[in-house]
Amino acid sequence: MFPASFGYQAARSVEEALELLTKYGEDAKLLAGGHSLIPAMKLRLASPRYLIDIGRVPGLSGIRIDGDTLAIGALTVHADIVHSDLVRERVPGLSDAAGVIGDVQVRNRGTIGGSVAHADPAADFPVILTALAASFVAVSPSGRRTISVDDFFVDFYTTALAPNEVLTEIRLPLPPSSAGTAYHKMAHPASGYVVVSAGALLNRDSSGRCASARIAIGGLGSGPLRAKAAEAALQGKSLAAEIIAAAAAKAGDGANADDDFYASAEYKLHMATVLARRAMEQANQRASKKPALS
Amino acid sequence: MAAEVEFASVPISVTVNGAKHEAAVEPRELLVYFLRDRLALTGTHVGCDTSQCGACTIHLNGRAVKSCTILAVQADGAKIVTIEGLARGETLHPVQEAFREKHGAQCGYCTPGMIMTAVDLLEKNAQPSEEEIRHALEGNLCRCTGYVNIVAAIKWAAEQMRGRNVSR
Repeated sequence: MFPASFGYQAARSVEEALELLTKYGEDAKLLAGGHSLIPAMKLRLASPRYLIDIGRVPGLSGIRIDGDTLAIGALTVHADIVHSDLVRERVPGLSDAAGVIGDVQVRNRGTIGGSVAHADPAADFPVILTALAASFVAVSPSGRRTISVDDFFVDFYTTALAPNEVLTEIRLPLPPSSAGTAYHKMAHPASGYVVVSAGALLNRDSSGRCASARIAIGGLGSGPLRAKAAEAALQGKSLAAEIIAAAAAKAGDGANADDDFYASAEYKLHMATVLARRAMEQANQRASKKPALS
Repeated sequence: MAAEVEFASVPISVTVNGAKHEAAVEPRELLVYFLRDRLALTGTHVGCDTSQCGACTIHLNGRAVKSCTILAVQADGAKIVTIEGLARGETLHPVQEAFREKHGAQCGYCTPGMIMTAVDLLEKNAQPSEEEIRHALEGNLCRCTGYVNIVAAIKWAAEQMRGRNVSR
């Protein structure tokens, strides 16, 4: 299978990519690792007239700490997130999610920026990044802006990125040592995509109670959903198993899930409660293994 | 006229199995077809053509990737190793030798991809557990159901390579 013909230019810098985006407008798509876009083009689900390849733009790859923020370059491949000691130690939930995307070869090539910009409703990163309160740095000819995750995923395959913007970095507040993170997924057995998934960030106070929680669910709609009822049910409570289970039972509250090819809405809503409970329990275990902040 | 300019071929330079190749490629040409049809390196197979089966696995800048899901133009400047690049003359790479020794191939269609993935695994993890081997093969499908011998071959190769301190 071949994609339809297109024009191709490799950008050597973000500035050059912006110039090309301005020149070609909505006829152009940015190409990073290509592991969402190329399959779609081969199936002729997408036929952009121009591809602007940013895959070799220097400086857009890598994971670093920037003050109290973890900054991940948009071209960082999934495998580098999986194997990053920094991510494993400080944000293991992100490592969990990166490690269950596709397969080894896909993780060696697919990029975090490409994944989130593609905004597949069955992708992993949008869910964990919602739980982790991430933000997205977008650069356009008129400057730079930062978009909160709660505003970023707009609809199926649609983000808040404008056609003339390049996503350069994903940023997330480093969870304090009193917090734990986790991601659990029910994958479609053939494709590996999300049927339902859950990401959790739980922060404990010095007495071991829940100081704050962010829970996100994937697979129930056009993008990741905050499980706000579950979050509220944990607030200020002890993180005993029955409290977590009761909160997890609310994980699908407010979701407008539809039946799809793979699973009924009822089944997905049930699995959301199961996966949310597992993610919350593991996040709590990870939090409790660390010394609490005074 | 304008369309011809827009969709013009793009010059690329790639190093494949140690040899440098320069070519002009149509932007939509997939890397797997560049390797097979232009360079006649037909050991890299096209299986599903949808980045699932792993028959097209090669090493791009030292990482196992699926060449059906990469444009040849994206490989400009890259170092590529294919199944043809593993042996040293008549001496098979230990993973190739292992697939023969342990009957890791049935029909053989998936074999080049399996071997390329296994070599990538053993370069990063010299002593993988059976679970790690099976996990590493999640992107390679064998439809003869030959996984038992494939896993046995990779275990055997790991032992050989630890004993011999092999590098590629």
